[in-house]
Amino acid sequence: MLQVSQLNAWYGASHALQDISLEVTRGEIVCLIGRNGAGKTTTLKSIMGLMGRARGSVIFKGEELLRQPAHVRFALGLAYVPEERRIVQGLSVRENLRLGLVASKHKKREAELIDEIAVIFPRLAERMDQEAVTMSGGEQQMLAIARAMIAKPDLIMLDEPSEGIMPVLVDEMFELFRSMKAQGTTVLLVEQNVELALGIADRAYVLDQGAVVHQASAQALLADDEIKERYCSV
Amino acid sequence: MAGLSFDLIALQLFAGLALGAIYVLFAIGLSLIFGMLTVVNFAHGAFYMVGAYVGLYLISIGGNFWICLVAVPIVIGLFGLAVERVLIRPLYGRGIDYPLLLTFGLSYVMVECVRIAFGKTGYPFDTPEVLQGAVDIGVGYFPLYRLFVIGATAVVLLALWLFLEKTSYGLIIRAGARDPQIVRVLGVDVSRVWLIVFGIGTAIAGFAGLLAAPLQGVIPEMGGTILAEAFVVTVVGGMGSIGGAVLAGLLVGVVVSMTSLFAPEMAKVSIFALMAIVLIVRPQGFFGRAGLMS
Ligand SMILES: Nc1ncnc2c1ncn2[C@@H]1O[C@H](COP(=O)(O)OP(=O)(O)OP(=O)(O)O)[C@@H](O)[C@H]1O
Ligand SMILES: [Mg+2]
Repeated sequence: MLQVSQLNAWYGASHALQDISLEVTRGEIVCLIGRNGAGKTTTLKSIMGLMGRARGSVIFKGEELLRQPAHVRFALGLAYVPEERRIVQGLSVRENLRLGLVASKHKKREAELIDEIAVIFPRLAERMDQEAVTMSGGEQQMLAIARAMIAKPDLIMLDEPSEGIMPVLVDEMFELFRSMKAQGTTVLLVEQNVELALGIADRAYVLDQGAVVHQASAQALLADDEIKERYCSV
Repeated sequence: MAGLSFDLIALQLFAGLALGAIYVLFAIGLSLIFGMLTVVNFAHGAFYMVGAYVGLYLISIGGNFWICLVAVPIVIGLFGLAVERVLIRPLYGRGIDYPLLLTFGLSYVMVECVRIAFGKTGYPFDTPEVLQGAVDIGVGYFPLYRLFVIGATAVVLLALWLFLEKTSYGLIIRAGARDPQIVRVLGVDVSRVWLIVFGIGTAIAGFAGLLAAPLQGVIPEMGGTILAEAFVVTVVGGMGSIGGAVLAGLLVGVVVSMTSLFAPEMAKVSIFALMAIVLIVRPQGFFGRAGLMS
């Protein structure tokens, strides 16, 4: 579904990604792990089209994306939940959800899809008309995920969704990722919480200093204490 | 004496609201464009001025004021779209000063073109016949045309409010003003939204210029004066805030109108004094977000 090869990206003069290659097949949960500053966020941003300068190849459902702007990548079925959640101030929960649909081909079914998402996220259903930024961090993260899911993307990329969220909600969230996978959504997940992430992932890539240094099945990596110690924080 | 001065004050207050209505229309466009594109549109006054001249021209070739009310915002809006697309768009991402300098230069070019086409001296602009005269508003007779200006402004504000609050395009604009990147990630072609916002802002400026024309006539420099005053309005109301622009526009109109009643020599200075006071008490203006410019 997604083939990234020889991907390079820069912040000004600093060469943040060096020849990253990775692959995600339909229906998989693939995890990117690595220390702070390893380049995980930059990889997702490059795939979404948010890096000013990027070279290499990003092929999604058979199409080369690298020259395409972010909104075209969205239209092709790619969704991205950034690290900082980016819940829009001044908008209600419902309006944030509608924002997930304004540019989508499912726009006409707005009411129906919002009802559908409200069933999956009961916490949001109770707070539909509340201003979204007044919710707790965990609820805002749920909203960010719901907003990305509502347009039914084929591949959803999540950047550290469990960061700063209370454990009950994290469990709820990972349960959700499992059921997303069961329903055919492909997931590319960046996580600091390595044990937890590998628990639901099929495969994982380990990044360090802007390059892929290791790849393995989630099971193999879970057992590999040496790699985990060398390349992962905690 | 007491009765007379109360009525006089009340009438002057209404006159201030009519003046303020023009400021409001001018400033919401300025604010909308700044809030969305972070472009300080120094050519906003020139769009306003050209709006008045397009009205003048349409009437000279046989059109009437009502046709102008529809045609002027369309013409100026289309002109605004072209300016954004061709001149401003290449400058995004280069810092706030590039579009500022460009629009500053553009305003000079526009004023000069109008001078070449219509001459350096101004023209009177007739009040449409049905709007001439005055009506009794309880405290005295008030010019009908000024009431019309207040009413027309209210209609534009209502339409803009409905557009922003009730349509999905409005939702995109409200969200995009806060966080363009997330809107892009959610599939919106943000550059097209910016284009449309610039078009709407300039269309409203052209409309304001047309409304102001019967009150003060048209001259090529009319945009420069209101631009300076409208900056006061946006600073007082809070950069990028539409609600702030409305409140501050009316306030500035009333302050100018009142000081010209009680201390005419202070009228021009009064709004800058108002700005200074507001900035001391609340540096971000009534509804502004702190740090927007940084
Ligand atoms: N906006 C930026 N400008 C310049 N350099 C940046 C910027 N963002 C990230 N970097 C640098 O690029 C490298 C990769 O950063 P990235 O954010 O992708 O890491 P990460 O793996 O997501 O880290 P974390 O776990 O802290 O989120 C780091 O060296 C970082 O300092
Ligand atoms: Mg990161």
